[in-house]
Amino acid sequence: MAVLDAPRIVTQRRGVPDAHTLKVYLETGGYEALRRALSMNPEEVAAEVDAASLLGRGGAGFPAGRKWAMLRRSPVSYLVINSDESEPATFKDHYLIEHDPHQVVEGIIISAYALQVTQAFLFVRGEFALGIERLTQAVNEAYAHGALGSKIFGSDFSLDLVVHPGAGAYICGEETALIEALEGKRGFPRIKPPFFPAVTGLYGEPTVVNNVETMSNIPWILLNGGASFAALGAGRSTGTRLFALSGRVKNPGVYEVEMVKNTFRDLIFDPALGGGIADGGQLKAFIPGGVSAPWFTPDQLDTPLGQDEVGSLGSMLGSGSVVVMDDTTCVVRAAWRITKFFSRESCGQCTPCREGSGWIERVMYRLEHGGGRMEDLELVLDLCDNIAPGLSWPPAQTTICVLGPSIPSSVKSAISTFRDEFAAHVAHGGCPYV
Amino acid sequence: MSGFFRADLRQRAEELVTLYPRPRSATIPLLHLVQEQEGYLSEAGIEAVAALTETTPAEVRGTASFYDMFHLEPVGRYHVGVCTNVACLLAGGAEMLEHVESTLGCAAGGRSADGLFSVEESECLADCNLAPCVQVNYRYVRTRTPEEFDVLVEDLRSGRREHDIPPHGTHSRVKRQGGLRAPKDEVAAERARARDARAQRDAAREETT
Repeated sequence: MAVLDAPRIVTQRRGVPDAHTLKVYLETGGYEALRRALSMNPEEVAAEVDAASLLGRGGAGFPAGRKWAMLRRSPVSYLVINSDESEPATFKDHYLIEHDPHQVVEGIIISAYALQVTQAFLFVRGEFALGIERLTQAVNEAYAHGALGSKIFGSDFSLDLVVHPGAGAYICGEETALIEALEGKRGFPRIKPPFFPAVTGLYGEPTVVNNVETMSNIPWILLNGGASFAALGAGRSTGTRLFALSGRVKNPGVYEVEMVKNTFRDLIFDPALGGGIADGGQLKAFIPGGVSAPWFTPDQLDTPLGQDEVGSLGSMLGSGSVVVMDDTTCVVRAAWRITKFFSRESCGQCTPCREGSGWIERVMYRLEHGGGRMEDLELVLDLCDNIAPGLSWPPAQTTICVLGPSIPSSVKSAISTFRDEFAAHVAHGGCPYV
Repeated sequence: MSGFFRADLRQRAEELVTLYPRPRSATIPLLHLVQEQEGYLSEAGIEAVAALTETTPAEVRGTASFYDMFHLEPVGRYHVGVCTNVACLLAGGAEMLEHVESTLGCAAGGRSADGLFSVEESECLADCNLAPCVQVNYRYVRTRTPEEFDVLVEDLRSGRREHDIPPHGTHSRVKRQGGLRAPKDEVAAERARARDARAQRDAAREETT
């Protein structure tokens, strides 16, 4: 049975009507955390977040406190919030910005105070038209309320926050590509090193890039203490986390659960969560953390929902999105469609990613649609090996960013686990499911 | 340049540039504004953005052509996006796209004969719990069956959705009120004072240990 007694942190206003308005936000304790933060000095605020051991919720799972500590001391520095959520089947940030935009804004102001940055930018995925409207409204209300602008709540801290719309590019979720887009350029990831924008970021100035869910946790941490947050979960995975559950499951949705205390079985099958497989089907496989992650089979259902617990089994918790595939799902088709996504979204800078993704997609296409051969399986794996040599996890890298090395995950998982299904496609001259 | 934007948008365009430390950062928001006026990115619009951001039309076009939401050719008044990525694929997204294409009489990437609709095969639109996902002008319409989509098309044709689905190009109907409020010199002085205070605290801590 799922362990569901943890407090709801980022979804505390779930079900509250008009939670996106300042009025309701204030009625439910909004901006109290900011007042508390402003009564402390910036190091104390940062220490509270550090004590929470909050891992970044964007996908890489880097400790937020450590990222903050890396910020190069400079007269000018920036905080950029990544709400470009585009990882297929990830829809948690979409939920947060539409339902509780003030919580995001409050988290940003507190973080900006801790970091003593001069300006903050909230980069929102362009396709989130309603989310952009809600956040713009929240920012307007926050200015009017005195929570943004000059001398916030009468303190000696001023901050401007700008909501910056994207325009449709998965790669802009990569933090250096996001910075390029924010500079008005094509979303090309930057060459590393420097590895961290905290050293060289926006306009070459020190910049912290944090995810929306990470920010949404900050007000609760300030009000309840970093230690209370760290008491939830286990090991390196503290607190609660949003999981976006989709695919062939009875109750798809966004669920906030305590980390590590619950397993994938709880998430997918518990009546209070996923409720089991749709239409009484049988679980065949599931993606544990976004389409960049290698797949799991029913054998891994009892893996706890924790960063290291999933990582040690050769995959990742990534963006917290779990896609359920059942016995009606054609894994060849699913893997082909995921490859097509990467092929479309490759920015084109690096040859292995730009060319490799297209080659793999075309071979996967013919396997699914007819014309495939058994030799194609080795061909696909060889192409994958050219993008991520060794096909190990975490993958080796031949490209500027991690989009390239993410391409092999799904195809390699599908081929290694469901070779018989590929054979059936070859024998049938196309997909036997249609 | 100054003649391109209509009066209300010109004011917003000029304000946008002032929100950023460098004008070029306003490129993407300004391009959205061009689409709000024209429905797509016209040559004159690109030139106007170049002038505002102190760049060249080639640089603006270079940025614009990278992003899926920017259209260098006219699209329909209603731009329909149908997701076929993995979560939607498992919920009939590909079949929904076929239905949309045949209903509107145009393939993905194309525009209907009357210019009212255009269709796009989208990547994940982050609404996977309500798959298959359809957006019109980047608004979630949540038509999950062919029948629901057909009703939507009738509503769009007869103008019954004007209140919640503005024409393609109008991105955010909520406008930012006012520019930056924290004066640069004030911020610089604040941060300098904060740095000094911190240095004193660090020194005091060192003394006690």
